[in-house]
Amino acid sequence: MLAYILKRILATIPVMLVVALTVFSLLFLAPGDPATMIAGDQASAADIERIRQSLGLDQPFLVQFGKWLWRLVHFDLGNSVFTGQPVTTLMAERVGPTVSVMLLTLLLSICIAVPLGVVAASKSGSWIDRAIMSVSVVGFSVPLFVVGYILAWTFSLKLQWLPPQGYTPLAEGLWPWLQRLILPAVTLGFVYIVLIARITRASMLEVLQQDYVRTARAKGLGPRSVLFLHALKNGAVPVITVIGIGFAALIGGTVVTETVFTIPGMGRLTVDAILRRDYPVIQGLVLVFSFVYVLVNLAVDLIYTLVDPRIRY
Amino acid sequence: MDRRSFIKAGAAAALAGISAPALSQSARQKVLRFVPYTDLTIFDPMWSTVDITRDYGYMIYDTLFGLDANFQPQPQLAEGLLWGDDGRSCTITLRSNITFHDGEPIRARDCVASLKRWSQAAPMGATLFALTDELVAVDDRTLRFRLKRPFPILPAVLGQLSAPVPLIMPERVAQTDVKTQITDRTGSGPFKFKADEFQLGNLAVFEKFQGYQPTPSTARGLTAGPKMVHFDRVEWRRIPDASTAAAALQTGDVDWIGGPTSETVELLAGFKDVDLPRLEDIPSMAMMRINALHAPFNNKKIRQALLPAIDQAEFCMSVAGTNPQNFATGSGFFPPGTALASDAGLDPLKGPRSIEKARQLLKEAGYSNERVRLLGAADSPASTTPLAQVAADMLGKLGLNLDIALLDNASVAQRRRSEEPIDKGGWSLSCWLFPGTWFVDPGTNIMLRGNGRNAWFGWPTIPKLEELRDAWLNSPSSDDRKRIAQEMQVVGMDELPAIPLGAIYRQTALKKYLVDRVPTATVFWNIRRG
Repeated sequence: MLAYILKRILATIPVMLVVALTVFSLLFLAPGDPATMIAGDQASAADIERIRQSLGLDQPFLVQFGKWLWRLVHFDLGNSVFTGQPVTTLMAERVGPTVSVMLLTLLLSICIAVPLGVVAASKSGSWIDRAIMSVSVVGFSVPLFVVGYILAWTFSLKLQWLPPQGYTPLAEGLWPWLQRLILPAVTLGFVYIVLIARITRASMLEVLQQDYVRTARAKGLGPRSVLFLHALKNGAVPVITVIGIGFAALIGGTVVTETVFTIPGMGRLTVDAILRRDYPVIQGLVLVFSFVYVLVNLAVDLIYTLVDPRIRY
Repeated sequence: MDRRSFIKAGAAAALAGISAPALSQSARQKVLRFVPYTDLTIFDPMWSTVDITRDYGYMIYDTLFGLDANFQPQPQLAEGLLWGDDGRSCTITLRSNITFHDGEPIRARDCVASLKRWSQAAPMGATLFALTDELVAVDDRTLRFRLKRPFPILPAVLGQLSAPVPLIMPERVAQTDVKTQITDRTGSGPFKFKADEFQLGNLAVFEKFQGYQPTPSTARGLTAGPKMVHFDRVEWRRIPDASTAAAALQTGDVDWIGGPTSETVELLAGFKDVDLPRLEDIPSMAMMRINALHAPFNNKKIRQALLPAIDQAEFCMSVAGTNPQNFATGSGFFPPGTALASDAGLDPLKGPRSIEKARQLLKEAGYSNERVRLLGAADSPASTTPLAQVAADMLGKLGLNLDIALLDNASVAQRRRSEEPIDKGGWSLSCWLFPGTWFVDPGTNIMLRGNGRNAWFGWPTIPKLEELRDAWLNSPSSDDRKRIAQEMQVVGMDELPAIPLGAIYRQTALKKYLVDRVPTATVFWNIRRG
């Protein structure tokens, strides 16, 4: 198992390199450069060139990429071309809010979606099943930002139960932290809940047809025991898969959610960096996101072995 | 542990985590929370001409002179000045007991170093230093310009609002090569920057500088007069989403939104505790910049043919909404309400507008279906995007062979630098919304330059404009300067380096308990809780 984990982690290195080269090439080819953004509208071409030179942006592609790679080998992601702050510092500032939103979203989603899916499957064809599936269709169809605006309007402006935006670190207390995260997490969880609920339902429907479930019922086990102790464990593999696959959507979703609710997380940092053409920050973020995504996939593969002992690596 | 005990324990743990809000009510009273229109990313006011860096500069630095409501220079860090040698020597005396944030006194040599660095970044600085034989610190409180010839607008130049502003920094900071961004944020102004609390793209914090000595000068206005600070702390909280910013203002999360979109303004208009005044008395200037290098617009007649189709009201309303209080039509190259604004040369923009007439003129001028590329930003809904959309509609109606390139801001900023022909990625026209402060006089008015490849993107070569600008810079009297500015506008309307699209009074949104705001963009002195 340990050898397998090490092999998988080592296999990420070429993936990371390809990602890095691709992103660097795309940035190099994309129009717009940070010097122009820094200089502002009144600057002359000479001013912009002066800034380009000072940032090393006038050097050839391979020189720039080589320098960046050399720094990377030394675990240095470089500095923001705008503020000069190390990229790692910027990311360290932003990781807390993003992890907070994502964890709460995952927790909410799993706690809501799995029971919904199980209930829909157990009451297959009933009005409860149809209601849950209908709501899930709506959930799939409505864009994240619309959900966010509706929630903010309802719970912040009308009911005044929750603040409309911002982030408070956990260090300042559980409730201040939570009250600013509830709306973003529910917004971000909306699609995730729908996705997990539908997969759970489909998976459970399949499992509930199995002979061992019929045997469990014949033994006189109650419906709850049958559903949650016997069926759910065997129906969990596709659910875990979709949680893993959905992680990419979750990363994408943080961009929108963090913007709508002014969460100073990595999603917003990504958007801001792209709009500014802050190359080192974009590169660093893409690398980190890619690495995290690979790790999540690895974690998903390892969790399979826990829920289904037949799976071996 | 049974289920009930578990729930009780969990609830107790959760409640234990609940703490008081970060700021008590009384502490919140001393904090001003402001939403800037964009991120603060550059901390060297000589490095960037973007508004937010200029505003940051005004927070933490002061200038030798400020401008009053009539654009007349008034002493700030300076106590006064003395002209000598028939206007070829200008001696500036500093006020006593003025200090930098680190407690060091502000000396003449700090000012000299600051102005020298500024001269390498600012066009007007370069103009001033080209006329300067020597700038020296005579003693700690006195600096002297020895000029090649009289330059009566020198104090006004030292108080200019247009970025880069001649801000005063410690000598050790000002000695930084202008190619390198400064990192020492020791300032001379009313606020100190809290570098330890800065979060890129999220939060910038300033605190009151207790050692700041406001000028005793009684003249007030744009950047003149005593800068009184009534808040212990000013927080610039970036809220990128306009609706969220509006919600934050309504709920009291923030006190002031610097530049709300017109939709946000309409939304907030219904709230009794929100005030929506003009952001500044000097309106922003909408301009259609024309690339003079390539066909078809290297032909003056074709440039002029566009004029009958230009409806300034349409352009203005696309940005400012339909309330006529928020824009001014019939405006030229100088902002309405400022000293040099006039009607001179503006007849082609007045009277009934006619697409047909413009078409006819295009035909007569010899337009032969050359491709015309309109370059515009797709992600600036509060400024240039609507201007580009109106322009696209108008140019389409004229029957031009139109190619619309609506890109993101960063791409536009780079693409406009292309001097190539259209088929190689160049451009023909682009619409911009400039801060009015840039346009108040020919010294900083980038649309009234005709210096070819050294001009702003569009590169018009108009020797007459350059001649007049030089004459304006050297003119001894304000009446004479006004006359020259009028003449420049006439030349501008004939040659059309750009077409004026109107003036827009941007609104700002703030809680009604905030009073005494200085209507100069976003400055934070004098504003207080009523």
